[in-house]
Amino acid sequence: MDAPVSRRSFLAHGAGGLSAVWVSAHWPALLAAATHARQAARSAVPAKFEFFGADEAKEIDAIASRIIPSDETPGAHEAGVVYFIDRCLTTFDIDDQKTYREGLPALQARVKEMFPGKSKFSALTAEQQDEVLHSFDEQSPHGRQRRFRASPGAQNFFETLREHTIEGFLVDPDYGGNRDGTGWKVIGRDREHMFQPPFGYYDKGYPGWEAAAKEEMKEAEKK
Amino acid sequence: MTVDQPKYKTSDEVDFVIVGSGAAGGVLAKELSTNGFRVVVLEQGPYLTEADFTHNEIEILDLDKLTNHPKLQPTTVRKTPDEKAKPQRALVYGRCVGGTSVHFTANYWRFHEIDFIERSKVGSIPGSTLVDWPITYADLEPYYTKVEWEIGVSGLAGASPFDPPRSKPYPMPPLPVKSSGVLFERAARKLGWHPFPAPMAILSQPRPGRSACVQCGFCLGFGCEVGAKSSSLVAAIRVAERTGRCEIRPNSYVHRIELDSQGRAIGAVYFDEKRNTHLQKAKAVVVCANGAETPRLLLLSAGKQCPDGLANSSGLVGKNLMFNSGSSVTGLYEQPLNDYKGYCVSRVLHDFYELDHEKVGFYGGGGLDARYDFTPISFAFGGMPPETPRWGKAFKATLAHNFTRTMEIFCHGTSLPVENNSFSLDPELKDAWGLPALRLTYKDHRDDLKLWNWLFERAHAVHEAAGAVKKWSFPVQEQQFGVHLLGTCRMGNDRKTSVINADHRTHDVKNLFLCDGSSLVTSGRGQPTMTIMALAFRAADRITALAKRGELGA
Repeated sequence: MDAPVSRRSFLAHGAGGLSAVWVSAHWPALLAAATHARQAARSAVPAKFEFFGADEAKEIDAIASRIIPSDETPGAHEAGVVYFIDRCLTTFDIDDQKTYREGLPALQARVKEMFPGKSKFSALTAEQQDEVLHSFDEQSPHGRQRRFRASPGAQNFFETLREHTIEGFLVDPDYGGNRDGTGWKVIGRDREHMFQPPFGYYDKGYPGWEAAAKEEMKEAEKK
Repeated sequence: MTVDQPKYKTSDEVDFVIVGSGAAGGVLAKELSTNGFRVVVLEQGPYLTEADFTHNEIEILDLDKLTNHPKLQPTTVRKTPDEKAKPQRALVYGRCVGGTSVHFTANYWRFHEIDFIERSKVGSIPGSTLVDWPITYADLEPYYTKVEWEIGVSGLAGASPFDPPRSKPYPMPPLPVKSSGVLFERAARKLGWHPFPAPMAILSQPRPGRSACVQCGFCLGFGCEVGAKSSSLVAAIRVAERTGRCEIRPNSYVHRIELDSQGRAIGAVYFDEKRNTHLQKAKAVVVCANGAETPRLLLLSAGKQCPDGLANSSGLVGKNLMFNSGSSVTGLYEQPLNDYKGYCVSRVLHDFYELDHEKVGFYGGGGLDARYDFTPISFAFGGMPPETPRWGKAFKATLAHNFTRTMEIFCHGTSLPVENNSFSLDPELKDAWGLPALRLTYKDHRDDLKLWNWLFERAHAVHEAAGAVKKWSFPVQEQQFGVHLLGTCRMGNDRKTSVINADHRTHDVKNLFLCDGSSLVTSGRGQPTMTIMALAFRAADRITALAKRGELGA
């Protein structure tokens, strides 16, 4: 993860070491340079696994692909979520290694139990795969709380994998998931580092606070 | 660090040691060092700078890069003093140079006159220890103005008919409106209310060494990589450093204030990064460690002279905790708002700031704002309607459709002071340094919950009037977790009912001052940091005057 750090330093030195006016005026150029650096760095990232074996990676990829399936738009598979999870488990989420080590065989045992003759999740049809996952997903759909932070060390393998898959699909692409910004394209998030108004549909043509207040007062008077 | 700082020895008796570098500590460091004093700031967290402020949700939010760490600093929670507290995360606060002001939303409206004199106006409230402040809005007004001009606040003076009087306009115009702000503004006007551009501690115009906001969209919870957010790190600490008289000492975890035999504070005892213990000597100690850690430090400093905790003759250290009630009603719209772009809040209204308690049946008040404080990941976990499937094709489809079409209306309101609501030392649980952990005791005053429900109805009405396709909220529940940490060493003239006086000096120890969220007597209607910074500017003036008159000694 050297590249993001140097990119950050580049941006920060711009902000701190030069006059702010200059930085504001030159943001687009700075960002273009930073984006270029970022893309150069990304293509050098090797796609190899450190925690998962090849078979395990195939299984995890298959499960993640039911959590965020590939349909008319790309899903967890295209976003390289399995690589993100592999990196999680060897860096900041080492605590969850056990959950995967124990969870995956338990899930495969469930596959055998539900579909005799099959031992791999990835060998099932999509419908069968969903059946297996439903059998693990005991969380009430209404039990969600507004989440500010993840719950590392969640004991439930499916829940942990669900969280990791969503994170790997949507994290800023600079941080090892969401390959090529795939997840952001799916949800409609522009991959820019800065934005300008109008931001969306409803603030287009906004006349300014004072003018808007006057307009609305006039309308009220007409009524 | 941008300039060379002085390096004081721990045995050098500096003029002031300041514990904590957040909204209050940063401002006090700036003001006191500018006034000619030698200052050491001890900050428990690391010294992070713009290069560290990434958009990495995992690192910043999940791994607590900027905030207190639940594994190193575990907490316990209970509702009432007769319960045994259970291990549970009780709070989030900034744990780095600049404190919580590094990652806050930056809502920066002033408290109103009523907040300082509510007890006199409404009389006593059953179940609450509500009292007036020893100072009024008029006393604080010049300091609010100072915050706006020196720290950098954007806004439009006169836009809210409910605003208290001000001596000067804002130094810069409001930030550009967002789609959520336009929907909110039009709907609220239809309903006869008075929306106005949100005052924000975020630059709409550049200042020396700081860029104007570039609308990157990673604001709440994140540090600002271009210095546009007016944290105490960029707006105060760096000024303090340039005086050449202020040393910022990060990774310094203060756990005791030491007294001499006359009961005078002689300095602060802290662990350095390697857990070696030091005593930084100082002529006076100013604690700005936040509304949880300040009372904890006083309780940890108990000794022969003060068996119940330092500066605790009132018995109120840690008590009367207020969180501010509030949460949001979420709405889905037909067209993309793209509210993930830019800062969080562009419009707010204060029509409900002072409610007639006889009419509504409860005490307190509050307001509404239009916001979007989701990141892509947090949206996937908490931004969609409750019936949305948790995974699979329909989950993905809802996520893809809703992410750009969602906004929240946040209700912010009063918490009434209740004596049992407190931070104290857990009798069993210890932190990673072996010190007693924080224990939270909290049960919202029933009027706070009534107010919250009442505001929820108004927030639903705004979504309705704005033409939301769908809207939803989660039922109001008692709070078990706080980010606004207020009232735990409150200010007052009576030493029996308060911990510090109007100069922020503790009633018990003449050269010990406290200034942060703990100093607040009432909770306002949410968004306390502006007031904390104004108090810090005022405290610096008061402390400077005392020092110049030679009145800091015993």
